[in-house]
Amino acid sequence: MVKITINGVKVEFPKKFTILQACRELKIDIPTLCYDERVKPQSTCRLCVVEVEGMRNLRPSCSTQIDEDMKIYTHSDRVIEARKEILRLLIANHPLDCLTCEKAGDCKLQDYCYEYDVKESGFVGAKKNYLIDDSNPFYIRDMSKCIMCGNCVRVCSELQGKNILGLIGRGFETTVGAGFETQIDYSACVSCGNCVSVCPVGAIMPKSKEKFRRWEIEKVRTTCSYCGVGCQIDLLVKDDKVVGVDAADGPSNEGLLCVKGKFGFDFINHPDRLKKPLIRKKGELVESTWEEAYDLIASKINETKKRHGVDTIAGFASARCSNEENYLFQKLFRAGIGTNNVDHCARL
Amino acid sequence: MDGIKSYVLICGGANCTSAHKDEIVKKMKGKIKEVGLKTEVQVLPKGCFGLCEEGPIFVVYPEGVFYSHVQASDINEIVVEHLLNGRIVDRLLYKGIVGKNIVTSLNDSKIYKKQTRIVLKNCGVINPENIDEYIAYDGYMALGKVLTEMTSEEVVEVIRKSGLRGRGGGGFPTGLKWSFAAKAEGKQKYVLCNADEGDPGAFMDRSVLEGDPHSVIEAMAIAGYAIGGSQGYIYIRAEYPLAIKRLEIAIEQAREYGLLGENIFDSGFNFDVELRLGAGAFICGEETALIASIEGERGMPRNKPPFPAIKGLWGMPTILNNVETYANISQIILKGVDWFRSIGTEKSPGTKVFALGGKISNTGLVEIPIGTKLREIIFDIGGGIPNGKEFKAVQTGGPSGGCITSDHLDVEIDYETLIELGSMMGSGGMIVMDEDNCMVDIARFFLDFTVDESCGKCTPCREGTKRMLEILEKITTGNGEAEDLVKLERLAYVIKDTSLCGLGQTAPNPVLSTLKYYEDEYKAHVFENRCPAGYCHELIQYFVADDCKGCSKCVSVCPVGAISGVIKQQHTIDDDKCIKCGECLEICPFDIIIKK
Repeated sequence: MVKITINGVKVEFPKKFTILQACRELKIDIPTLCYDERVKPQSTCRLCVVEVEGMRNLRPSCSTQIDEDMKIYTHSDRVIEARKEILRLLIANHPLDCLTCEKAGDCKLQDYCYEYDVKESGFVGAKKNYLIDDSNPFYIRDMSKCIMCGNCVRVCSELQGKNILGLIGRGFETTVGAGFETQIDYSACVSCGNCVSVCPVGAIMPKSKEKFRRWEIEKVRTTCSYCGVGCQIDLLVKDDKVVGVDAADGPSNEGLLCVKGKFGFDFINHPDRLKKPLIRKKGELVESTWEEAYDLIASKINETKKRHGVDTIAGFASARCSNEENYLFQKLFRAGIGTNNVDHCARL
Repeated sequence: MDGIKSYVLICGGANCTSAHKDEIVKKMKGKIKEVGLKTEVQVLPKGCFGLCEEGPIFVVYPEGVFYSHVQASDINEIVVEHLLNGRIVDRLLYKGIVGKNIVTSLNDSKIYKKQTRIVLKNCGVINPENIDEYIAYDGYMALGKVLTEMTSEEVVEVIRKSGLRGRGGGGFPTGLKWSFAAKAEGKQKYVLCNADEGDPGAFMDRSVLEGDPHSVIEAMAIAGYAIGGSQGYIYIRAEYPLAIKRLEIAIEQAREYGLLGENIFDSGFNFDVELRLGAGAFICGEETALIASIEGERGMPRNKPPFPAIKGLWGMPTILNNVETYANISQIILKGVDWFRSIGTEKSPGTKVFALGGKISNTGLVEIPIGTKLREIIFDIGGGIPNGKEFKAVQTGGPSGGCITSDHLDVEIDYETLIELGSMMGSGGMIVMDEDNCMVDIARFFLDFTVDESCGKCTPCREGTKRMLEILEKITTGNGEAEDLVKLERLAYVIKDTSLCGLGQTAPNPVLSTLKYYEDEYKAHVFENRCPAGYCHELIQYFVADDCKGCSKCVSVCPVGAISGVIKQQHTIDDDKCIKCGECLEICPFDIIIKK
């Protein structure tokens, strides 16, 4: 354990803890734009800087490990001034179209400017002006809004392992893009949308058919139904309609999703979606109850078993089921029905 | 070499090469053959003499006659008069060695006398493309000594005790750095040389590599032995083709001689060096960005700690030293700690090479003991300011440094004293400014450089330097407002305080130092719409005074037709058209044209 003093309070934390980790344990709010605990800290946004006694410059709390007897000030005048100036610099190069920006209400830059009382940059000068890339079917990239935190780049390379995104250009002209500066759809992007999830501002946004504000929606935590991994998602619900999906920090997905989980929610509100079982009666599919449908399945199985023997029956399970569901399925076939003819679509 | 009576040494540095040295050498060799002296005179390419202002440079031995500004048209005269007839060509002699009726040796000239050449000792003396000449000047003796007589701990100890500090500008004790890497654990350890010299106007490292490449290779092998590493990389910018070529030759020759490779001096020690070429990014001179670049990543700095000595190239313990730092190593090993400590100051022993540039008579390279006064460097060695102008300031440390005024000319140059003055040692560029330089514009010039060279990784450097530049441009074009000065200073301190790497942390120095010493110039721009140095175009105006003779010479030189007037009558300048080139002022025979 390492003894440190944060804002005059003596505390102890395990060795290798960063200042930011310690502050979060203590519920001290440190603003961060580029920090994501799942990837290596890059310390690019510099918003998380804190004052450490004896050190010449302010230190980024996200990548500075605590050291014995360190004296840390997280909200001194010097720190607050620096954070304000960094926010001013960021908004000086940002469209500030919050009135129509889809991200409003969920934008870290907006939140921090509110928290630190930064109304305007005070700088007049060059601003980024890039064309919007809407080549991907699921999301758009508006690099004029990008604040260069680099989260999308790191998540794409370190977590998704696709390495689609990288930094292009240098200095003030630096931007994020795919190799050879092509539109994103010409790259090998798999549209997992994890870059969308980690963008702290509105630079990468889902192509939404619905208009909604963050304060209008209710989040409903659920498990993604597409496969057996069990990713946790938050359905964004407005007026009883699912309008979007946020990746949630579940034990199996840690905030990551795939293209289906992130963007494939349209079926939920689709008019063609089956909500009740259909039974073919006299050549016509007729809506029925679940009880009736189960009874029909059971009676058909029993009948076939009696007439043709048990090995004429096979069960075929889906990859959309979880491990537990697949286990129960094979148990139903082996122990309940009495056949070993059971398989699973992921084997094909 | 039997029968050779004369040697002609030619500076083979990049500056003389770009002054058509090759063409001149070809002509000289042809003429020597023509007059039948081919067996008696040998023409030898050497490294940089440091007198770049005087190039192309020729020295004829055994007389030691030093010719400067030699042109192709002078060759016949030198060959016939000097080499054939034995008569010195007076008109081509380097003026610094010509006294009243007497020609002194180069070493007694003012420019050389105050210098102490350790790093540059072989530059201009040996042929850098011939390993035998390096060996003849005690080359590779230090490597032999360490491998056969010393333990690696002893080597680290000698360097530590010598007090040698990093010559790349930071001044970190070299021995301490080596000891960290020596103690750190790793399957492989790496020895890197930073030859990505990028400061505007600095060319110390280039001259060492062009003039004495083996001194760096030998030192890297010594460092490898000291820390327990067997692989070295020299990261050199691709814009130094001559240095690259000479390094390639030197590495090849060292391998042939068994001075690189396996089992060097039968000691069981293996070491090899490879080159890695930079692609022109200034930031790759920053150690972690350099390492990222060698690894094949985008050249961007990484968080420190961990420091490279613990976790560097490919996560292994790595030492990274500058070219000039390495060039000291073998002599410290051979001549000892006491000798090295007798030069320079207590805290910073040894010498530092500076590249003198800007408004100074002797542009070139000088090597002086640390602790020498700025006045001696600029006036005694550098020959002062040309054209009778007044010294105004000197910028040290390139874009990371600051301006030092005439009030501080007697400060003894050292890492600490320069930082106290708001500048830094940097890699050793020294740009001298005279009364015609506008200090706001100087700050703008350096900011322009850092804005171009910022890697774009962290917010304050990427966004902040650009805003500083925009404010400076606003001021120098006469659009500055009072609050701009406040914004400028506030930005400068935040960028310094919060940037990720040395580039951003030092980028505001040119602004802060000029704001500190020349605040009145900033204020004159902002509040009086006036550039006191008469440099900023938008703030100056050219007038024709009332007693114009109407010679109309100015009309003929004005490139934009801004001057009008009838012959023998008063002329006028249309300020809307005038581009402030100053041609009219130069040509006016009656000094009637005034710049205000």
